[in-house]
Amino acid sequence: MSAMGQWLAIDWLLVIMAGWLLIGAAGVLALNRLELVARWLFPAGGCCGLLLFLLALTALPAAPEVAVLPIGLPSLPFHLRLDALSAYFLMVIGAASAGISAFAAGYFRQGEGTPPGLLCLEYHLFLASMVGVVLADDAYAFMVMWETMALSSFFLVTANHRIAEVRSAGYLYLVMAHVGAIAILLCFGVLQANTGDYRFANMRAQQLTPFWSSAGFLLALFGFGAKAGVLPLHVWLPEAHPAAPSPVSALMSGVMLNTAIYGLLRVSFDLLPMQQWWWGGLLLAVGLATALYGVVFAAAQTDMKRLLAYSSIENMGLLFVGLGLTLIFAAFEMLPMAALALTATLYHVASHACFKSLLFLGTGSVLHATSERNLGHLGGLIRTMPWVAWLMLLGVLASAGLPPLGGFVSEWLLLQSFLFTPDLPLPLLTMLIPVVAALIALVAALGGYTMVKFFGVIFLGQPREEKLAHSHDAGWWERAGMLWLALGCLALGLLPTQFIQLIDPVTQQLVQAGLGARTAANGWLLAPVSMDQASYGPVIFLLGILGSFAIAYLLVRRLYHRGTRRAPPWACGFPWGNARMQDTAEGFGQPIRQIFEPFFRMQRELPTPFDKQPRYSIKLEDHFWHWLYLPLADLANYLARLIGLMQQGRIAVYLLYSFLTLTATLLVVM
Amino acid sequence: MTGVISQLLEILLALALAPLLSGWSRQCSAWLLNRKAPSLLLPYRTLHKLFNKESIVATHASPLFRAAPYLVFGCMLLACAIIPTMSTDLPLAPAADAIALVGLFALARVFISLAAMDVGTAFGSMGARREMLIGFLAEPALLMVLFSASLICQSTSLVTIVETLAHRELAIYPGLAFAAVAFIMVSLAENARVPVDNPNTHLELTMIHEALILEYSGRHLALLEWAASLKLFAYSCIGLALFFPWGVAEAQAPLAMLLALPMLVFKLAIGGALLALFETVSAKMRISRVPEFIASAFLLAVIGLLVHLLLAR
Repeated sequence: MSAMGQWLAIDWLLVIMAGWLLIGAAGVLALNRLELVARWLFPAGGCCGLLLFLLALTALPAAPEVAVLPIGLPSLPFHLRLDALSAYFLMVIGAASAGISAFAAGYFRQGEGTPPGLLCLEYHLFLASMVGVVLADDAYAFMVMWETMALSSFFLVTANHRIAEVRSAGYLYLVMAHVGAIAILLCFGVLQANTGDYRFANMRAQQLTPFWSSAGFLLALFGFGAKAGVLPLHVWLPEAHPAAPSPVSALMSGVMLNTAIYGLLRVSFDLLPMQQWWWGGLLLAVGLATALYGVVFAAAQTDMKRLLAYSSIENMGLLFVGLGLTLIFAAFEMLPMAALALTATLYHVASHACFKSLLFLGTGSVLHATSERNLGHLGGLIRTMPWVAWLMLLGVLASAGLPPLGGFVSEWLLLQSFLFTPDLPLPLLTMLIPVVAALIALVAALGGYTMVKFFGVIFLGQPREEKLAHSHDAGWWERAGMLWLALGCLALGLLPTQFIQLIDPVTQQLVQAGLGARTAANGWLLAPVSMDQASYGPVIFLLGILGSFAIAYLLVRRLYHRGTRRAPPWACGFPWGNARMQDTAEGFGQPIRQIFEPFFRMQRELPTPFDKQPRYSIKLEDHFWHWLYLPLADLANYLARLIGLMQQGRIAVYLLYSFLTLTATLLVVM
Repeated sequence: MTGVISQLLEILLALALAPLLSGWSRQCSAWLLNRKAPSLLLPYRTLHKLFNKESIVATHASPLFRAAPYLVFGCMLLACAIIPTMSTDLPLAPAADAIALVGLFALARVFISLAAMDVGTAFGSMGARREMLIGFLAEPALLMVLFSASLICQSTSLVTIVETLAHRELAIYPGLAFAAVAFIMVSLAENARVPVDNPNTHLELTMIHEALILEYSGRHLALLEWAASLKLFAYSCIGLALFFPWGVAEAQAPLAMLLALPMLVFKLAIGGALLALFETVSAKMRISRVPEFIASAFLLAVIGLLVHLLLAR
């Protein structure tokens, strides 16, 4: 701690973390008092999130600060450090969690398994540990925070633990989180280079050989990749994220996944002494495969939360592509281009946090109003839930990467960095880069398809079930939380030049170059390289559309207004149409299933003409589950059975084992 | 000041010429089919007739349904405003480059699809699904076509592309040739033209665009029809800008616009006639073959990009 009266930003951050922990503790005291927990504790947590956002915003351009917390091992206290990179991710965590906490204040109800007070503890512990992960400056603190994050989120995922599927999803999540954590631990082991000093400052000073650098990078890729859900470590994500209560899904998809990106950035650009181009190539390949796989599966889903979870996998893939490109440019010392790719990546981190949280929160409102997650039972909710629907529309447009919202800016920047890749020393790589751009464009367009399906089937059309007519709109707390995130999507879309100024210190720190000065010169127009080369002005763009909208509307109204009549839909004169004749989610997924057939493991059950009760069913599964995970699980079971042979259940045998072990140890020692 | 004038002229010209282009292509195809051609002014009369009718809106349609025609119209008008057709001196052009232009088309497509799903009839949602299916393949293909030109010109700004391409020596870029073929295929698909969709059909199970706008009537339908012809106009102008950019007036020569207008009308007339010819000699595809058609356009565009890179070194 610094001297009294002169508190640094990092001290205030610790205060916010402590605030979250206190709120969590208060939740335990008020275990079953829902009113207190929901109306006071969650909003207080949201205020802490808002403070975190503002604090991180001021800390972004400031010089790095360090602090040492006297907890932890005797010789190894917690080292904390606040630099531009961590401030940026803290800003994202703060902004997203403020909205999610406000939503959670209106969301949690009695009788959802875990009592509300305990949920409050787990939730705020989760938030505080994410801040801790980003602040940690030694491997020990990092791992403690990382594990706290994994465990608290595990308990949040299993909030409805009376449902068997939720329990198994939670188990899968726990296993994958720990497999990843082991890899990260090993990575830090490599990085400290036999010095026994686990402070990040020491790791930065080590000069590893290329071999050990690559080993460290690969371990980090595996560990953080498991958290981000990249191929083939993605299987837990579509199980765990939908199982959790919606605010927790939002927190996990929108915020927690970003800590994996943070970790990868921290290890590969800050801790490792060098970057090699093939790391970037590997990230590019993994990211592309993940993005394509995620979006194709998202388009075929029929459960709204699973659809969003697959869409998160897609977005993580895109982020990995951005990171890969940054690594390639950094390895070849093309720093301005590296800064462009890194800016695109970081921009997408923020916009993904906003729109994915918003969409998950919206599914929570829909779930509460209708108690349905299956798209096949929804429809027409825009009329009974206008607030949720219109706010979700903003999130959907941002997620589809459409101008003038947040998702488009990051895709635009990413495509720019692909397109203007100067000649790389490796001709093959230069050739492959445009192909990657083509695939990115395909993924983005498929994302649009998925989002139209998502929004259209839930909110548009006619209600597919009777009970939907009685669904009610979200409460005020929920609306406030969603509104905050929707405004985030809008601001990220309309103010790219201002936001890039915020990213500038981060890129300066990591790749010693930035877009800040160049973009600031052009005011409202975003021109990352030069005005002649490419420019994009979202405000003018929006004004152009809205201006033509308004002029068309006014002119039509003035010159030709012949009134409007309400009548039943025409439908080509077919009078017997009903809600079940609309396209279902399966119908919307059908072309995708057909085109991308090899991606799926499909089990179809088709009726024959002679069936008395014709039934059509289709089951989609993941190839990886059958190719990789089930064999691994079988192997584990087999090994367990072998070990089981040793367990006879008689004390004498166990004593014999102890005796043999002792003898063997003595032999080794002597 | 000349910039503002040329910008306004472009917008007004697009509004005025777009229905004429649709009418012209319809007239050509009537001639080719040995039918008596309708008047060239038929599209204008149709618009006038539709605007003068009352709009019938489905009972449970949401505001999204009523806002969509205006939004789509606005998107298409903005698209026409940023594509350099007569002049490269366009104040609006820096607001959107080639990628944003593709995003603009995607925005319009998403809104019209959502509006079609809003009423909740079987036709509407089917049309929306098919439109999005074509869109998700056509959008990256169009992007790749534009990228081929961007790589040659080292810019994604449409104005810079046109200026660079107009000043190059008369040589055929092999990459651009691939892109041209891909572009023709994409624009046929995107404008609901024959091998993919039939603009003259109703009540067919294979229809796409007509299924989308089935529930619209009166002024809403008029706006959507106008927007559709603006889209055809915009695509034709992209084609002209990429592959025949000669004759466009530049910022330094405002008077050249006087020459640019007849040049543009001439080029569009030829383009419309070729479109009619192509539509007449080809047959409509089964809907399940359409993804293959557009995917091959996508691959052609990517090959064009690779060819350019191979030859550039």
